[in-house]
Amino acid sequence: MTAPQTPDRNPRRAFIAAAGAGVAGLGFAAIAPGLHLMAVGEANAATEARKAGTAASPAVRWGLLIDAGKCAPGCTKCIDACHTENGVTEKLPDPRQNSQWIRKIELVDRRDGRKTELPMMCQHCANPPCVDVCPTGASMKRADGIVLVDRHTCIGCRYCMMACPYKARSLVHVPLTEQNPEVPRGQGCVESCTLCVHRVDKGQTPACVESCPEGAMLFGDLNDPSSAIAKRIASVPTTQVRADLRLNHGVRYQGL
Amino acid sequence: MTLNPRHEEGLFYLLAAIGGLVSAIGIGAALYMEHSGHVVTGMNNQVVWGLPHVVAIFLIVAASGVLNVASMGSVFGRKLYKPRAPLSGLLALAMISGGLAVIMLDLGRADRIIVAATHFNPTSVFGWNVILYPVFYGVVAVYLWTMMERRMYPWMKVAGYATFIWRIVLTTGTGSIFAFLVARQAYGTALLAPMFIIMSFCWGLAVFLVVQSTMYAWNGLTLPPLVLQRMKNLLATFVAAVLYFTIVLHLVNAYFAKNIAFEYFILFDSEFAGMFWVGQILLGTLLPLALLFNPATASKALWVNVAALLVVVGACFHLYVFIIGGQAFPLDMFPGYDVKSSFMDGAVDHYRASLPELLLSLGGLGIAFTMTTIGVRILHFLPQDDLAELEAATRATD
Repeated sequence: MTAPQTPDRNPRRAFIAAAGAGVAGLGFAAIAPGLHLMAVGEANAATEARKAGTAASPAVRWGLLIDAGKCAPGCTKCIDACHTENGVTEKLPDPRQNSQWIRKIELVDRRDGRKTELPMMCQHCANPPCVDVCPTGASMKRADGIVLVDRHTCIGCRYCMMACPYKARSLVHVPLTEQNPEVPRGQGCVESCTLCVHRVDKGQTPACVESCPEGAMLFGDLNDPSSAIAKRIASVPTTQVRADLRLNHGVRYQGL
Repeated sequence: MTLNPRHEEGLFYLLAAIGGLVSAIGIGAALYMEHSGHVVTGMNNQVVWGLPHVVAIFLIVAASGVLNVASMGSVFGRKLYKPRAPLSGLLALAMISGGLAVIMLDLGRADRIIVAATHFNPTSVFGWNVILYPVFYGVVAVYLWTMMERRMYPWMKVAGYATFIWRIVLTTGTGSIFAFLVARQAYGTALLAPMFIIMSFCWGLAVFLVVQSTMYAWNGLTLPPLVLQRMKNLLATFVAAVLYFTIVLHLVNAYFAKNIAFEYFILFDSEFAGMFWVGQILLGTLLPLALLFNPATASKALWVNVAALLVVVGACFHLYVFIIGGQAFPLDMFPGYDVKSSFMDGAVDHYRASLPELLLSLGGLGIAFTMTTIGVRILHFLPQDDLAELEAATRATD
């Protein structure tokens, strides 16, 4: 089942923002007059496809539909493609310290032993807890729904990692070399799936989608009723992981 | 026993040097972590906050709690606590400095800490801290000024009230860091905000008692029995209150089917179960209560101090179980399924602090210790009790 869509400006966030702004107002003006609170992630409306110099459009909501029934057991092509595309190549002695932008999860149903595999990554929530908790606004949601980390303002506090219900974020635990110029990464910063934003902005699909030999991943605009992804979601049962949290994901699953 | 003045001065310099050295080693460990990356720590992508956060949060929570001693005097009008207010203010500044130093030096990009002040997100509790902590420093500093400068005396009560309100706000913020987390079973309950406040009362008073006794012993003085009696009763009340909140928190969690597996894990089936029952409950709660209520031990300063030290030990276990245990339990993304992955989904994490983390944590304690040692040396912080006035006030209260 697809959980009902919730508006982006839900009451919880609005309340927290108001309370926080109240606390801030008590002292911030005195501490730093002249500084302006930045509305991170907001952008001017653009109705056309993204071109250099234009802002991302809030009319678009990029999303992924993953058919777990088609995801081949043992296949890691999406992971390999993602990590190659984004230069996530470091292999540390403790695998728990490696960055994993996407991973395969093996599920066994406790009732009947049925096995399922699926790729898990940032779910690109409309109401992302990581964005709520980030002290500097480095965790941000772009106007077109892609959740990103600004590597220039991330201070590495890891509060977003505590807040993410999907373990989708990683801290870069070591100094990095030989990065992909289109995908800046940095030691001490938190990172996660960007939905290959650098490819999407060029009109391409994310690397994981392109690499899947089974065609299990469908990328597109959730807001466009004529898009393949929107039509599929309208016609088949789909799931949002931990839909009880009402985070309104950009990533949906089929066949769970 | 009174120390020979020459020996006394030497001992002071020795203690200050030890504190400074421990602080310097902690800062060195942080630089090593900054240079090498967090790969040299035991923290990882599952347990993202480790031992430094346990120690830092203890220091920050106890820092606001130790101010309660001052509030008892200025806000609630208890004469016994008024001479103790300056020491409580100094301890608050020292401990919060140690705690904040550890938190900030553990950041993945500690060099960018100024970004936290120039980019503000009002929905983030961490963001609120940018306001909460500097104002805390400010109000406590002004409060100390009103207590130590005769011309400022008329403002003491106002400053006391402001400090009391702000420390409640600050600890609400600390509890809310965890209360606002929806992802993990251990957190995400409004109960944590008031629970952190009562924890701060308890731990702050325990630290105060130990420091006060040390200062009295240093100066060859004995704590008046009336003062000891009152303060140990207050400590026992706070210890019992923390126990009450702990019981309620676990009962509520265990009542929700979705949290039963976590409760079973943390209370019975993990490395944290022993820390909870032996460290937090037995050593940190029941034993201090027994010492504070048993007439044979409760009237002796030594045993009251042992009880206070046990409360501090129990606090460390409490926070370790809460922070590390809460993260070690796997995220429950797919109820009804067994899950596994290359990212340790479905698996319990076994965090072990590394040496640099331990040294950084000790560095925070070193900073708090050094600031306190130097503070009590150069300024007048030893409580001066007017016993006749105290006894009269006590008779009037009784």
